Amino acid sequence: MSAPIATGYNFAYLDEQTKRMIRRAILKAIAIPGYQVPFASREMPMPYGWGTGGVQVTAAILGPDDILKVIDQGSDDTTNAVSIRRFFQKTAGVATTTHTSKATIIQTRHRIPEDAVKEGQTIVFQVPIPEPLRFLEPRETETRTMHALQEYGLMHVKLYEDIARHGHIATTYAYPVRVNGRYLMDPSPTPKFDNPKMDMSPALQLFGAGREKRIYAIPPYTSVVSLDFEDHPFERGAPDRPCALCGSTGVFLDEVVTDDKGARMFVCSDTDFCERALMRRTAPEEIA
Amino acid sequence: MSCEVPLLVADHVSRLYGSRIGCANVSFDLYDGEVVSVVGESGSGKSTLLSVLSGSTPATSGRIFYRMRDGNTRDLATLGEAERRLLMRTDWGFVRQDAAEGLRMGVSAGANVGERLIGAGERRYRRIRSEALDWMGRVEIDPMRIDESPQTFSGGMRQRLQIARNLVTRPRLVFMDEPTGGLDVSVQARLLDQIRSLVREFSLSVVIVTHDLAVARLLSDRMIVMRHGIAIESGLTDQVLEDPREPYTQLLVSSMLQV
Repeated sequence: MSAPIATGYNFAYLDEQTKRMIRRAILKAIAIPGYQVPFASREMPMPYGWGTGGVQVTAAILGPDDILKVIDQGSDDTTNAVSIRRFFQKTAGVATTTHTSKATIIQTRHRIPEDAVKEGQTIVFQVPIPEPLRFLEPRETETRTMHALQEYGLMHVKLYEDIARHGHIATTYAYPVRVNGRYLMDPSPTPKFDNPKMDMSPALQLFGAGREKRIYAIPPYTSVVSLDFEDHPFERGAPDRPCALCGSTGVFLDEVVTDDKGARMFVCSDTDFCERALMRRTAPEEIA
Repeated sequence: MSCEVPLLVADHVSRLYGSRIGCANVSFDLYDGEVVSVVGESGSGKSTLLSVLSGSTPATSGRIFYRMRDGNTRDLATLGEAERRLLMRTDWGFVRQDAAEGLRMGVSAGANVGERLIGAGERRYRRIRSEALDWMGRVEIDPMRIDESPQTFSGGMRQRLQIARNLVTRPRLVFMDEPTGGLDVSVQARLLDQIRSLVREFSLSVVIVTHDLAVARLLSDRMIVMRHGIAIESGLTDQVLEDPREPYTQLLVSSMLQV
């Protein structure tokens, strides 16, 4: 499974000065929870939109003793996850895992693992568009002023539109949050199901947007509140059925089409969680 | 009565663009419930004056005072940006000639009216909704169209929606820049009628910029005539129109269309 270490590259691909620059941005981001810190994003050997922001953040914080887990929509074995994992195996030679509890750094595209994360772990999110107000207010100068003055009414206009059109808040991913009672933040396109996991999380959460050249962070044990109306409170939207493979309930499910006649099944989006739940059920003594 | 102290005072306000004059040495007082019109031909500095008064363009010299809701009169130049923006979305309104500039065209009519309420801290959907419905009724837009985008509205409806959006937070001072420009005559008449009754109902103070003397005559109590950036004549609207003193004002009055 492990790939041979590539020669001719610095540890974790980026040169040391670049890593220092990114670490400085990360430190600033941690100091001001939810604030988007600009950084000099580098060209990475992968296209924008494939997680160049997350990869740069991971490269900057990765040490030789770290154990890396990479997931794509909860899955350890889809293209994006496999190629980023191999990238760090080749350029840093670090150990990798699929087990949430064993990883020290979890790079993710749009999910937070079902297993509770713990102190000392770091979750790195890949972010396409860091500015939650972008689609409502296209001017960067204006959105910066709005952040500075905490003029966040516009975000509620979006939620109002949702209720007016659909009868409920229909935003299901990239659901806007207020971090530490101050900055409005886009939690990257994670499903809103994962928003409550960000609140008071014991793990450090870092967000990297490569194309948009922004880094932001939620330090451990920081309040993260999903926006809502008093008479239309935030709803997590838990699925109404168990996973078709492992039978777990209260987890985020993916819809999988199984044939061309409309048959489908709903299975855990977190593949590592699903596998172990399945093993626990079939051979409980092996896990113990 | 608080009417003793003017709501807005312009004290020798000038705005220069390099060596060119935008407007120069304009002074006037605006009291509660009073409508002042600024008239003049294109390029006479009307709109410059309006953007200076509303704080979107800094004055080159001169001062502007505003009596805040707490009764204290403040020099607008000393307000921080946060205070100025708060004023702009609560105590003031700004009705633009092109409704597309004053509205958020990407969201529904209801959200357009609701935005200022939300900005003022309202977090109850039902309240926002009912206020939006109420205001659409007031400006005679079919409440059934509350969830439609203003893109689908006619020019007159957009303008009325813009007025509703501005008045929903019960501002005391409204700036209007050619609110009836670009509308056909019958729609104009209807809109003017509505503006007039809203001004009465909420005893709004209004600074209205227009090139149309008929609009000024219908709406305003007092009138300021501008030419080349300078206020050449001012006084009660009827007085200025009946008995213009300056040759230029006489020319303007005589070029009014008579039907």
